[in-house]
Amino acid sequence: MIVGEQKPLEEIFRMLSGHERILVAGCRSCVAVCHAGGEKEVSILAEALRLRASLANHPWKVEEITVERQCEREWVEAMGPLVKGKDAVLSLACGVGAQTVQVLYPRIRVLPGLNTSHMGAPDMPGVFVEKCGGCGDCLLHLTGGICPIARCAKSLLNGPCGGSQNGRCEISPEVPCAWDQIVRSLEAMGRSDLLEEPIPPKSWLTARDGGPRRTVIPTAVISEEQRKMKGERP
Amino acid sequence: MRSGSNLEQALESGRFAVTAEIGPPRSASAERIRTHARQMKGCADAFNLTDNQTAMSRMSSIACAVVLLQDGLEPVVQMTCRDRNRIALQGDVLGASALGVRNILCLSGDHQTFGSMKEAKNVYDLDSIQLLMVLRRMRDEGKLWSGDELEVAPKLFLGAAANPFADPFEYRVIRLAKKIKAGADFIQTQSIYDMQRFERWMSLVREKGLHQKVHILAGVMPLKSHKTALYMKNKVSGMCVPDSIIDRLRRASDPKEEGIQMCVEQIQHLRDIEGIRGVHIMAPAWEEKVPEIVRRAGLSSIS
Ligand code: SF4
Ligand code: SF4
Repeated sequence: MIVGEQKPLEEIFRMLSGHERILVAGCRSCVAVCHAGGEKEVSILAEALRLRASLANHPWKVEEITVERQCEREWVEAMGPLVKGKDAVLSLACGVGAQTVQVLYPRIRVLPGLNTSHMGAPDMPGVFVEKCGGCGDCLLHLTGGICPIARCAKSLLNGPCGGSQNGRCEISPEVPCAWDQIVRSLEAMGRSDLLEEPIPPKSWLTARDGGPRRTVIPTAVISEEQRKMKGERP
Repeated sequence: MRSGSNLEQALESGRFAVTAEIGPPRSASAERIRTHARQMKGCADAFNLTDNQTAMSRMSSIACAVVLLQDGLEPVVQMTCRDRNRIALQGDVLGASALGVRNILCLSGDHQTFGSMKEAKNVYDLDSIQLLMVLRRMRDEGKLWSGDELEVAPKLFLGAAANPFADPFEYRVIRLAKKIKAGADFIQTQSIYDMQRFERWMSLVREKGLHQKVHILAGVMPLKSHKTALYMKNKVSGMCVPDSIIDRLRRASDPKEEGIQMCVEQIQHLRDIEGIRGVHIMAPAWEEKVPEIVRRAGLSSIS
């Protein structure tokens, strides 16, 4: 899932200065799971803004809404009546959600209320760890199911560097060494042989380095005709 | 004087300056650089060395610059942000400065998908404007970007590129202003074929008084044939080549001579535009023609 964290309140206050009618918009998906942008966080933040407005004499009028997925047009379109007449939408979705809102309401300023941190998973309650860097050409089959690109501090593909010690990464004793984990994982599955073959330089074309990515699922693409039937512009 | 380079002296004295480009070889031998140096010595104030141009590994611009210095030519080292992060860039600038390099041109760099190693990971830790900020701090404050003091600060004359032919057109002047704010002492433009558009851009530059804050060198590139012109027009991003130029080359009985003549005429025209302080001649794989272009354009008053 996408992991995000709410921006510090002071930063949010600064972003909102100069605006009057504000819609705080949350998302019930990933960012709700990581306690950053779901219904509950939306209402707490909206309350904080109202409090601040009355204390600091800001003209802010704050309304709130939370949709199922802010990254999908259908849900964001439904926000229309509430967006109307606002100066700013403070999006508590990930950056993808915030951009979807901006595309649909190009004249409104969409402000990010979250910092989108990474793609990760809960490690224990309240702790989320980065698991994948979205490189577009997965090699987990070679690395015991642990991603060296996202989880090794140097994105090394051929084993732990000289700084790996006691299962910890050289950058900090807090950080597990991904390669230490990979070695142990492959040992456990009896595939240590995979550690012996040098992995050649990777193609980063499928990663961000190749330019912004676009994924097309041919079977899901609808025809011009079908789009017209749905009333969409060509 | 910030660096005391020839180029800086020429520009500060108000003399119309000339720079020319030399493409580093795809080779571990500097022989070709020395040949170019012999051919081109004295025809320009300084010579640009491209940095892994079109994302193709070549001899490093700093190494080539040192070869030029040994032969008594002044280099402009091009540095792109594509391949190195801020740590490497600052380290390389210290090294270059220690070896006698004074002029540095700060560029973002072509994306690696233009080159022969498309699958490479790029860096772009800094952009060209940030690189200017970082190098200016090294020069003026004697500090790395982190704030760490340098024992000896580099003496630098800082350059940047401008492309009046890229879009959005109006933003190009804002971006130039930003580069000046970030520390550019001189600017070299993308090669100019569409004079009308260039003059329009220059008048916006003058409106904002930018030509008084920075030395602008107009870029020119001689064309060998109408096919190269077509290629530039269709395949090279951020280039404008009017059809009249393509036609003129197509009709010419000696297209190469016509290309040189056209370049000479362009230089003469550019010389008269208010705010243009020099030209930058780019003749990739045609370096030996640069002295002739300079002579025929009447720019032979160089050191
Ligand atoms: S190899 Fe690539 S796709 Fe697979 S987990 Fe790592 S970053 Fe994600
Ligand atoms: S210690 Fe391990 S995780 Fe850290 S950089 Fe080295 S190999 Fe990567």
